[in-house]
Order: sequence, then C-alpha cells, then structure tokens
Amino acid sequence: MADIVLDHITKRYPDGRLAVEDASLSIADGEFVILVGPSGCGKSTTLNMIAGLEDITSGELRIGDKVVNDLAPKDRDIAMVFQSYALYPHMTVRKNMGFALALAKRPKEEIDRKVEEAARVLDLTEHLDRKPAQLSGGQRQRVAMGRAIVRSPKAFLMDEPLSNLDAKLRVQMRTEVSRLQNRLGTTMVYVTHDQTEAMTLGDRVAVLRSGRIQQIGTPTDLYSRPATIFVAGFIGSPAMNFVPATVEEGELRTPFGAIAPNDRQRRLLESWNGGAAGSRSLIVGARPEHFEDSALEQVRNRPGPRFTVTVDVLERLGSDSFAYFTLTGGRAQIADLEELAHDAGTVDLSSGVEQVVARLDASSRIREGEKAELWLDTDQLHLFDPDTGHNLDAPPTID
Amino acid sequence: MATIASTPGAGATGTAGAATRGRRPSGERTALLGWSAANLVIIGISLVPLLWLVSLSFKTPDSITDGKFIPRHWTFENYRGIFGESLFTRALLNSLGIALISTVLAVVLGSMAAYAIARLAFPGKGLLVGLALLIAMFPQISLVSPLFNLWRQIGIFDTWIGLIIPYLTFSLPLAIYTLSAFFREIPWDLEKAAQVDGATPLQAFLRVIAPLAAPGMVTTAILVFIFCWNDFLFAISLTSTERSRTVPAAIAFFTGASQFAQPIGSIAAAAVVITIPIIIFVLLFQRRIVAGLTSGAVKG
Repeated sequence: MADIVLDHITKRYPDGRLAVEDASLSIADGEFVILVGPSGCGKSTTLNMIAGLEDITSGELRIGDKVVNDLAPKDRDIAMVFQSYALYPHMTVRKNMGFALALAKRPKEEIDRKVEEAARVLDLTEHLDRKPAQLSGGQRQRVAMGRAIVRSPKAFLMDEPLSNLDAKLRVQMRTEVSRLQNRLGTTMVYVTHDQTEAMTLGDRVAVLRSGRIQQIGTPTDLYSRPATIFVAGFIGSPAMNFVPATVEEGELRTPFGAIAPNDRQRRLLESWNGGAAGSRSLIVGARPEHFEDSALEQVRNRPGPRFTVTVDVLERLGSDSFAYFTLTGGRAQIADLEELAHDAGTVDLSSGVEQVVARLDASSRIREGEKAELWLDTDQLHLFDPDTGHNLDAPPTID
Repeated sequence: MATIASTPGAGATGTAGAATRGRRPSGERTALLGWSAANLVIIGISLVPLLWLVSLSFKTPDSITDGKFIPRHWTFENYRGIFGESLFTRALLNSLGIALISTVLAVVLGSMAAYAIARLAFPGKGLLVGLALLIAMFPQISLVSPLFNLWRQIGIFDTWIGLIIPYLTFSLPLAIYTLSAFFREIPWDLEKAAQVDGATPLQAFLRVIAPLAAPGMVTTAILVFIFCWNDFLFAISLTSTERSRTVPAAIAFFTGASQFAQPIGSIAAAAVVITIPIIIFVLLFQRRIVAGLTSGAVKG
C-alpha cells in the first residue's frame, strides 16, 4: 500500500495535442479517489500514466515516495482493471487470476491459495476452471477484479470497470467495489464518466475537463460548493439549472423574478467586481430539489420568490416528481454548458429556450400541461461569473 | 398448419397462400439444380488434369498412350520405381527440409515484423509495408540470373540455404501481411493487462499475444509451406545435383527405363505423391487458409 502523488503532470502527444495539463493530485494511502469527467477529458490518460502505460511529458509521479516516471508498469506494483476487462481468452479463470503471481515466480501452493481465496471473496469458486468466454458479463467483471486483488498491490487502478454492465448489475457491483475497498484498505484510483458512481464511491472526487482538474473534493463538497459552472452542471442528476441574471439596484433579476440576495450572496456580489466588460450580468444556478410546489402546506409560509409556469412534462417517480418547464428570458451561455450538453448529447434539444427541471414532493398536485406556482429556495442559489465560469463563493482549488 | 388456418372465412386466402408456398420451393429447387450442375461442371473441368495424372501413374508403360481414362491394367510399378530411386527420395527429403525450414523462419521473423507493424508507431513504417508489398509483386524470373551468378560466387549455389533465402524473400511479405491482420484483431488492452500484471514485453508477446495469434500463425505457415513446396523456378535454377534439388525440379530429370522410353508414368506418380500433402493440408485447414488470404488482402 502506498500513497500516490501527481506533481504538475502534463501529457502532450507527439502530434502536439495536450491530453492532461498540469495535473496535481495527492492521493493518501488507502484513499479511494475518483477521476470523473466527460469523454476525452484526460481521465483515462491520467490513469494510464499512473500505471506506466503512457509516458509522462513533464511533471513527477511518485508512488510511495518513489519517483516512478521512468519505471515500466511491471516494476510499479500496481494492479489495473480495464473497461474491457482484458481477460486472457486462452486461459482459465484460475490462470487469469494467477497470471501475475506466476510471472513473479511465486510457489504454486501460494498461487493456488491466493487465487482460491480471491475466488471465494468474489463468489467465483465454481467458475475457476472455465474460460472467460463461458462467463457472463458480471462474472467476467469479477474475474478482472479478482486478477487485481490476488496480487495485494500497492494500488488499484480502475478504468471504467462497470460501464459494460447493465444498469441493475452496475448498481450491485458498485456496492461490491465499495465493500472490497473498505475490506482491503488499498489505495484506489477509479476512473468513470458516470457522476453517480463518482458521488457514491469516492472518498474524494477530482473532476476533469479538457485535460485540466477543475476541482478536487469530497462528493458533498462538489455537490454543495462546486468551484465552477462545469462541476456544478456535471455533478448531480438531474443536473443543476442555469439561468442568466443581472444585478440591478441590489437585486438579482432572474427569469424566476427579482430575488433579494441574502447576506452571504450580498457579500459575494459586493466583492465581485463584475464580468470582463464590467457588466453586472451573471449566471445563477439552482438545483432541482430547491424548487417546490408552493401550494404545499410546508412551503406556504416560507419566504422567497414564487412564480407561475406551465409544466410541459411531469415525471412521477413515486418518491418524488420531476416537473419540466421552460422560462423566457434567454439562456445562460458559456462554453462549460455547451460542453456539458455535448457530452450528454442534448446539443440539438436545448436550442433557444432554457429548460428547467424542478424536483417536487410526491404529494404535489401539479398536473402536466397546466399552470403551476413554484417556490424557489433562494438561499441555496449558486452565483457564477459568466466569463470564467467560476463560482463566486468557492474560488477554484486549482488555478 | 394449413388445416388449422382453413376456417371457412380464411379458406380462399389459405389456398392462395398454399399455392405461393408450393411455387417458391420449386423455384428454389430449380435454382439449386442449376447451381449444382454448374458447380459439377467446374469441378469436373478442374479435376480432369489431376485425375488424368492419377490414371497415368497407375498405367503400365505400354498402355500410357492408349487414350483410356481408366487403366486396363493397374500397376504400382511407377510408384515402386520412383521410391526405389535416390533421385526422387533424396529430392523429397530436400523438399521437406527446405520447405519446413523456410516456413519456420518466415513465421518467426514474420510474426516479429507483423507485431511491430500492428502495434508500434515507428518512423518508416509505411515505407516498410510498401516495400514488403513491392517485393511480393516483384517478378521472380528477373531475379533468377543475378541470383545464379551471385550464389555461385559466394558459394551457396546448390545448397539448402541457397533456396531458403529466395523463398524467404518472397514468402515473408505474405507472412507479414497475413500475420499483421491477425495481430490487429487482438485487443491492445490484453497486452496492457499483461504489462501491468508484471510481464516484460517479450513475456507479454510469448504468453498472451502469440497463443491468441496461433490460428494466424498456422494459416501463415501453411501458405508459406505451399509456396515453397510448389516452387519450380528457383529450384531448377539454383540447384544442380541431388544435394539440394527439390521434387518439382527433380521430376524434370526423370529418365525412362530405357533410353527410348518416356518416363511419363514415373513423372505422373511423383506428381501425385507431392500433391498429396498439399491436398491434406488444404482439406484440413481450408477455412483458415481462406481467412488468411482474405484478411491479408482486405486489411493489409
């Protein structure tokens, strides 16, 4: 077991493309760190550099206080689980799991003992003499994990290990991964593009965007204090709603109506010296759960703006309902949001008007296609600089 | 089915359906017959020379020119004759030895080159692949005279190595093309996994990649073997004695029982004998050979 330190690491491909730029991350011994971001953000490249499968252009990588920049993968003592599992198709499960130990020339009894122990933990005992082709997707995934754990390496690296499983199995394996990491206490770096996995699994999460680390923090930190509009939009499902706003006469003018900022927000607005052109327009972010049906008993006496909208679509999930509606007043426009829309594949859908989603209590009597009055908890609003995308409240941890 | 469907209301459509159903198989049957006939004709035409050769090999010398397809008097004398002569047996040994050594070398060297081409980005890769293709296209006859002179000067004329070298020259491009197509289909992740598991690049190749590429290697080996086994041009030009003469070349030196007798029976028997291994190979591995030829052709 060991800590892993990425010290200003940069990866530039021979064709000049920058895959990872100046990434610094310190992973403590036994910590479970997630690298998350949309496809092409450099998260897998970062993982491959830790594994030694790609060279580091500049910067220093240390595993357990030892600089490993120029060490071959086999000398780094790390185990990796691949998205494709990369099981050796010509070997049985037993051989697959024992391959690393066999290469290390360990005695046969030791290999057998370790493989059988790992198989017991992962519920693979009865499949030990089968070939990967005879296993189901979930079993293959477990073999891949087994191959990593038999070695008791310094660290586990996982490259989207669950993305090839179907949804139900993925949830099940997610808890399995979590349990395994708790049990073994080994440092783990886990790459995913799924923000749910990132939120549920990690001790800490690093959000990457186009090769740069946007923010590193605990899942709660990222959710409640996103450093940039990108992190805010990426973490959380359904995503945070963003609307344009202007500051006029000490008020926030938003499509939800005029909002009187609370003390915290007033301080932020005062210390903020405006956008690039000295304009007083900014972007306001509101999480879906900070809306509520104002007709509900518990909301009736709360302060804050109420506004009437026509609900386009209402999804009742039983535990709560999602109401989708559109607002006039333009869209919040910033590169971060366009990138997020690209990643989600909703570029064409979100043209012209801003779609807003509100998460309402299940007891709400709002009906689809009808007008409804909603309430917004303005204390929870996030304020973003429209030029840099930074949260006015949480200066980025990485600059 | 038809009886269940034929309720009064559906009776008419049922009959119509049965009629169309009846017509289609008959159409298919005609097509099948046509194709089978065409196939039989083609197979017949291509097999006639071979069967004629077999027939000749079983004929007695005096009946060879009688024009009968099926020999009137069957004899194994031709076979006994060629196996009794060192000219043929020694040539068979040469053929086997030279073809096997060339095949092993071509597969070993070819795998290394193909692996590099499939996996690594190195300067001059395009040039190397292009050059390999160029060599494969090169007219072999144009090399014969220079090689003849060169081999005599450096002293490898009429030796095994003197034949193995030109065979490698022309079979390596084929081997590289076929093998690199197979290597390309092996997921790169497997190699990364092996490296992370602690394998050196050589171990990763030998223990993970090579076993998976085995079908490709077998295919390549067969193709190369057939090429070397069948070659006549180099064999006749670069050999002069039994020391290294292979069967296709040796057949040309067969003599009849007397000065005036034609050695046709012996030639036919020898031709049949050296065709047999090829036929066995092709029958056993025909699917793989086709896969190897097409993968090399399409993906090269």
